[in-house]
Amino acid sequence: MSSSRSRGRLGALPLLAFYAVVFGVPAVALVVGAFTVQGRPSLANVSQSLQGGYLTAMIGSVRLSAVVAVLGAVLGTFLAYAVVTSRFTLLRESVLTASGVLANFGGVPLAFFWIATLGNSGVVSGLIGLPSGSLYTFWGLVIVYLYFSIPLMVLSMAPALDGLRPQWREAAANNGATAWHYWRFVALPVLAPAMLGGVVLLFGGAFSAYATANAMVGTVVPLVTLKIASALTGDVLIGHENIALALSLDMVVVAGLVMAIYLPLQRRTSRWLQ
Amino acid sequence: MAAMTGLERGPAVPPVRRAAGRPRVWRAVVFVLATAYFLVPLGASFWYTVHTPTTGVSFAPYGELVTADGFARSLALSLGLAAATIVLVLLLALPAMLAVRLFAPRLRPVMEVLCTLPLVVPPITFVAGLGTSLRVGTDVLAPTPFWGTLVAIQDPGFPVVLVLAYVVLVLPFVYRSLDAGLRTMDVRTLVEAGRNLGASWPYVLFRVIVPNLRSALASASFLTLALVLGEYTVASLLGYEPFAVWIVTVSGSKGQLSVAVSILSLLLIWMLLLAVSSVFGREKKK
Repeated sequence: MSSSRSRGRLGALPLLAFYAVVFGVPAVALVVGAFTVQGRPSLANVSQSLQGGYLTAMIGSVRLSAVVAVLGAVLGTFLAYAVVTSRFTLLRESVLTASGVLANFGGVPLAFFWIATLGNSGVVSGLIGLPSGSLYTFWGLVIVYLYFSIPLMVLSMAPALDGLRPQWREAAANNGATAWHYWRFVALPVLAPAMLGGVVLLFGGAFSAYATANAMVGTVVPLVTLKIASALTGDVLIGHENIALALSLDMVVVAGLVMAIYLPLQRRTSRWLQ
Repeated sequence: MAAMTGLERGPAVPPVRRAAGRPRVWRAVVFVLATAYFLVPLGASFWYTVHTPTTGVSFAPYGELVTADGFARSLALSLGLAAATIVLVLLLALPAMLAVRLFAPRLRPVMEVLCTLPLVVPPITFVAGLGTSLRVGTDVLAPTPFWGTLVAIQDPGFPVVLVLAYVVLVLPFVYRSLDAGLRTMDVRTLVEAGRNLGASWPYVLFRVIVPNLRSALASASFLTLALVLGEYTVASLLGYEPFAVWIVTVSGSKGQLSVAVSILSLLLIWMLLLAVSSVFGREKKK
């Protein structure tokens, strides 16, 4: 037993050591730095990160992510349902493949796509006479973020919708249920965990997105990722160098809280859809 | 009623798919709207790259791309980083996952949490911590030999520190695809059979386990490649210029060029994911 256990440690050791150095050390540096001002322990960073412009940015990020998550979840579920119940296998396959691609298509290229489309000299904005700067707003960002959020929702809802048995609907109909009753009392309760899990995924994706926002809006829309980046690149007052770390800590706490909802839900979904 | 007619015909008839044969208006509306939303930016971006009001239609931006200053250098850097990341993450993750499976099943939940954490933590907060530790580390380790190492891994020619960061960022995806691969085979029996027949550990690993894991390893590598090629946050905030950062730099002076690169990168992701799914599809048919 002891030899096999030591062998188990030997194989896992490189990864664990690597993880401790490359992930653990920055994590410790982050937490320690967030509570340090000029070499002394202090709460000043954290309290400052929850005030004024920084608080506005955090609220902006949470609001943006929440709007993207809810809109993306609703629209994505409709699209997934339309795809799953379609007769055309080819349509279904191509939508699911396209979703796989677009859900992974974020970052800088996504921003340039939309700038070329709806930006100030964009192709479509010229056609429809869009006022200059319309894309570089809160709702502009929502439209852009939905471009990868809706496909992500389609991918996470398709298996759950596939698990809805036609017999359930028939049984409900035989018992005199209307379509509304079926959705309200049968389908939605079964789908709810998958949907909430999807909402959490979309929230996390929009919340931590930086590249797209940076390439698109710069600092026009206050977002916490943009504030962290500008603080990291030196745009802070002397003595507040660690504000980026405090903001990062706030972000990790929000992301952690949201993920804490997701994990138990995922287990429940997988139990229902066996 | 459908259920009753289904019963009368006997169990041999496959269940009738809900709504099959009843095309609904709402479905057509959903598809039209979705198609418009997802295809218009694609078409508009393409038009943006090939058409200017003064010169008309021209494919020059795509030709210009190859000769653009920094294109080859940044792409080579990104590909090098991706290759190093793939090798390192597989060398670290595969032995660890095998060891945990075979000898320390109780460590499995720990591994799972560790390998999922980088997904929960936003990359920008990871950079904030990483940048701080590099700065503090360089100060603290200045009198020791480790200082040289710390400076060497930040060499702008080939920043090893980015490889290390990327290994952490791709770990959740690599873990998932290797875990899915390992689930499909009986690792313990294979290893014990190999060992009982006198095979050495490296032999078992490379001639028994790896061939069975080929598709999982391929999909892990493709996902890593896609992620590293598109990675912007970590590289730009640590001050390096791989491909994604170069696109932003060049976009200031050459708008058409940056959109052209964006279209090509979408095509690249498409091809990489098709490669992943075809590898998996072949596996399923076997």
